[in-house]
Amino acid sequence: MAALAIFLLIVFACLSAPLYARWAGVDPFLSTLDAVITIDGQDVPVMEQSTEGLGLGYTPLGPTWRLGNYFLGADNQGRDVMARMLYGGLNSLLISSAATVLTLILGTAAGLIAGYFGGVTDTVLSRFLDILWAFPIYLLAISLSIVTIAEGISIGPITIESGSLWLPVIIIGIVYVPYVARPIRGQVLALRNSEFVMAAINLGVPGPRILWRDILPNITTTLIVFVPLMMALNMLTESALSFLSIGVQPPDASWGTIIQDGQALLYTRPLVALAPGIAIAVSVMALNVFGDGLRDALDPRSKVRLGRD
Amino acid sequence: MTGTDQPILETRALSKRFSIGTRFSSEGRRVVHAVDNVSLTVRRGETVGLVGESGCGKSTLARCLVRLYDITDGQLLFDGDDITAKSLAELRPVRRRLQMVFQDPSASLNPRRRVGDLVAEPLRVHAKLTSAGIRERVAELFDLVGLLPDHVGRYPHEFSGGQRQRVGIARAIALNPDLVVLDEPVSALDVSVQAQIVNLLADLQDKLKLTYIFIAHDLSVVRQVSTRIAVMYLGSIVEEGPSEEVFSAPAHPYSQALISAVPVVETTPSGRRKRIILSGDVPSPLKPPAGCRFHPRCPVAKDRCRTERPALVEHKSGRKVACHFPASV
Repeated sequence: MAALAIFLLIVFACLSAPLYARWAGVDPFLSTLDAVITIDGQDVPVMEQSTEGLGLGYTPLGPTWRLGNYFLGADNQGRDVMARMLYGGLNSLLISSAATVLTLILGTAAGLIAGYFGGVTDTVLSRFLDILWAFPIYLLAISLSIVTIAEGISIGPITIESGSLWLPVIIIGIVYVPYVARPIRGQVLALRNSEFVMAAINLGVPGPRILWRDILPNITTTLIVFVPLMMALNMLTESALSFLSIGVQPPDASWGTIIQDGQALLYTRPLVALAPGIAIAVSVMALNVFGDGLRDALDPRSKVRLGRD
Repeated sequence: MTGTDQPILETRALSKRFSIGTRFSSEGRRVVHAVDNVSLTVRRGETVGLVGESGCGKSTLARCLVRLYDITDGQLLFDGDDITAKSLAELRPVRRRLQMVFQDPSASLNPRRRVGDLVAEPLRVHAKLTSAGIRERVAELFDLVGLLPDHVGRYPHEFSGGQRQRVGIARAIALNPDLVVLDEPVSALDVSVQAQIVNLLADLQDKLKLTYIFIAHDLSVVRQVSTRIAVMYLGSIVEEGPSEEVFSAPAHPYSQALISAVPVVETTPSGRRKRIILSGDVPSPLKPPAGCRFHPRCPVAKDRCRTERPALVEHKSGRKVACHFPASV
């Protein structure tokens, strides 16, 4: 429960991102290299001219520890890191939760169909999922991102522009489908041979109705347990893609892109990279702990584990 | 009840074989002969008891009869209509008239649905009723099987085993079927509850003109409810006949042994019966013995039994025995 509380705190903080930006009077997406702010009555430039060597280059402002006033300092574009953190977190959360929904829908559908209808349907579907599963997740996600990042996707009437947040959502949603479909298929397979499904068949209940009314309600606990665990995995994947600049595209932020921005400032302003790193670690850990607790509470005998056994 | 009517259900040399393993497993592909060459005729209004020890293929046969399993060989006729190879969609109208009650009511009722919803399911699928009509019919069915109207909203786990089986029965009779296959409907219940369910089934049979196929391994229950019984051994019927006759004078050596094992309350010391104890175990249905399936354990087996398989033939009017040397009936 403490884990859930921590996670919810992060969620609310991120949801308040636009409020924070307005209150602080900063635009987290606009580079403000020549801005000057006032701290304790003194004017301080956001970007400080380097005094060493040839005097080229700038060092951004360090953390002021004043909320609403470059609390965590500025990044290499002179933007408020705190405001970007909140906006980035919002994006990270949105992408990972949308991807979770997508994964669960696709995975459940695939698992239900493969498990219930069996035979050729199961073979074809399962082998297809095996092929997906056979790729290392990150390799697959990175390849898909690189292919789609420049042009976007255009399937029939649906067109997704290259900078759209839907791109990482779809990519992350798809690569994790086998992780959900496999255990669901196993459960459906067992349920399909249970007596109450036999009884429903014997009553002449059509297949889709059996799936919807008899089988789906019996796998909802598994699905609920999947939600926080998939969220955590998706957040990590999203950050990784964004860090490699094939996820969220600038000037939009995500924790992954902020780490990337901070990479260049690692020696002078380590906090720019460190802060989103800590945010990711804390959120993922909170989600995992919460997910484990949820699993134990709902289904102590469950064998659902993420990852490959 | 007229015996000359068309039989409600008839099987002709029905067989069910399961393959286990694949060509690539160590023992290769093997075949389980779960039901072997069963010919059974069920007439309207009667109760046919199907007895045999655990694993003899009773439940498999039951599931074949309602086409939950596909039939490997032979024919299955329901009211003169060949339903051996009908597809799921073609079977749907047949299912209205051919129902089944399962052995374990806690497994055959979906734990996540309310019992009223479960009983309403067949009505929703088959009958063109309004939701008010369905509610009314469910209430009627609950009354018929002895459940209270306010039980409708409860979940199966809130009931005792006997009550759950009443729900299973209500669901099976919801569409006024002609034939109900009862797959060990009382085996999972306490003895006192068994009697209640057996009485309920008898009442329903009278009221709704049902025909039953009653499967059980408890011979005293079968004897009480059945008009005719069929004894199964290793997937085949070894003896068939009117219930009282088979119980009082079993002709097949296996039936003799089975019936001698029924515990009875001795009222007079003179009535002491001899208990026949069979040697050995039931052979594996993976590798049934040649000749008569029962010969390795049969006390009266002769050379002929080892090579030649006896057919189920009529020895006396209504009495069929699959034995070369049946006891005189």
